[in-house]
Amino acid sequence: MSKGLPLHWRLIPQRYNLIGTECLRCGEKFFPPRQLCPNCRRAGKIREVKFSGEGEIYSYTIIHTPPEGFEFMRPYAMGIIKLIEGPLVTAQLVDCKPEDLEIGKRVESVFRKVIADGSSGIIRYGYKFRLKD
Amino acid sequence: MSRNVAIIGIGMTRFGELWDKRYRDLITEAGADAIKDAGVEGEDIQGLYIGSMSPGLFAGQEHIGALVADYSGLSGIPATRVEAACASGGLALREAYLTIKSGAMDIVVAGGVEKMTDVTTSSAMIALMGAGDQEWEAFKGVTFPSLYALMARRHMAEYGTTIEQISQVAVKSHNNASLNPYAQFPFKVTLEQVMNSPLIADPLRLLHCSPITDGAAAVVLASEEVAKRLVDDPIWIIGSSMATDTIALHDRKSLSRIDSTIIASKKAYKDAKIKPEDIDFAEVHDCFSIAEILAIEGLGFCKPGEGGKITEEGETEIDGRIPINPSGGLKGKGHPVGATGIAQAVEAVLQLRGKAGRRQVKDAEIGLIHNLGGSGATTVINILKRD
Repeated sequence: MSKGLPLHWRLIPQRYNLIGTECLRCGEKFFPPRQLCPNCRRAGKIREVKFSGEGEIYSYTIIHTPPEGFEFMRPYAMGIIKLIEGPLVTAQLVDCKPEDLEIGKRVESVFRKVIADGSSGIIRYGYKFRLKD
Repeated sequence: MSRNVAIIGIGMTRFGELWDKRYRDLITEAGADAIKDAGVEGEDIQGLYIGSMSPGLFAGQEHIGALVADYSGLSGIPATRVEAACASGGLALREAYLTIKSGAMDIVVAGGVEKMTDVTTSSAMIALMGAGDQEWEAFKGVTFPSLYALMARRHMAEYGTTIEQISQVAVKSHNNASLNPYAQFPFKVTLEQVMNSPLIADPLRLLHCSPITDGAAAVVLASEEVAKRLVDDPIWIIGSSMATDTIALHDRKSLSRIDSTIIASKKAYKDAKIKPEDIDFAEVHDCFSIAEILAIEGLGFCKPGEGGKITEEGETEIDGRIPINPSGGLKGKGHPVGATGIAQAVEAVLQLRGKAGRRQVKDAEIGLIHNLGGSGATTVINILKRD
């Protein structure tokens, strides 16, 4: 099913620059961003915050059976990264061999092409992570 | 909320790649069998709840309540589709139970159905990924096996769970499925075959994954008064619960346990006034082999981290301390997502009636069924007991 442009356009700040949110009342930071703090709900006060992109591997896997649009990358590494600010985020791990990956290794975010909508559709970009050391 | 509720009839199709059957054929076949088994007539049915995860993407069909009532010859009665991803069937059962318990109706059918093989595997993967977070998981190239692989990796790191232990879950599932004529894969596999099958999402391999399946199942529920009048062997629902968690795996408090299962099981045990030790067998949601380990830990059948160990030691086999998935589970029996929760109920009723044939759990009196949605954002639990 082809998708409309606004679906990607409205998430550009978050996906390009790791813009998340934080709740000024309880202090928790959210990435992916939330507009309602799950701790404080209506009493919370949400504002945008930029994340550093620094973190460590919390878990990872190597995907051998990709979904449509990701076939040419096969196999690729998918990680859950623990950002130094606290939240966990799901993203591909790039520029590495599967055997280099390990829980706890330090990573940093990089800006990459994520997927293209077919041969003539728009190209969607976003964050991936690579090993820091 | 005071009336007791029983299951008085069961029906299900064979599970598998049923190319000659349509979506509507599957659910009407299962429903007709359940109504016949209950010994009631169509006009006795007051309402329908149908669990179906994604008929829109799998079959291009929505408006399932009306469709199923129509093709069952029951147009006129209220008919509701229930959706909670892979827990849709378990939730349909719970909604039917609550409807009777509330006093609104006396005889209700809960069904579950999915027709998954009319689309390519690639399209089926897209539909299934709808159970996760589209914006922050699927967009990045995440697949469902990979979400469970991320959990498996943490469980292995935190508890020392081994790939042999995870693989033993699949070996046991296939052993049990080989005794189930309704199973998609009624044959055994060896530990070596599991551990050498193609990698899907490291460390999970093909034989750690439940398949794409067509199938349907249905049960007839009745209030205590009606159940006692109609059948000799009602199976009582003595506990029922549902709990939710974050849609995305990365927002969970832990990746090595399923909190929705822990919350729902506490509630269900409290409702039923029993403890995990009182359960004689369980049908749990083993969409991937690691999920069975997470389930049996969350349900309190062993300590956190010991699910792999008790599987390896044979405690979860049909003649073990706590038999898990005597039907063959999602791995061996098949996983037509919306039908799975109802098929678990069908197996539990067969076991509690003592009619499960060669896979019968000896002296089964209380069974638990555990149905999971997505990577654990939904758990539905129902506890069943014979008279």
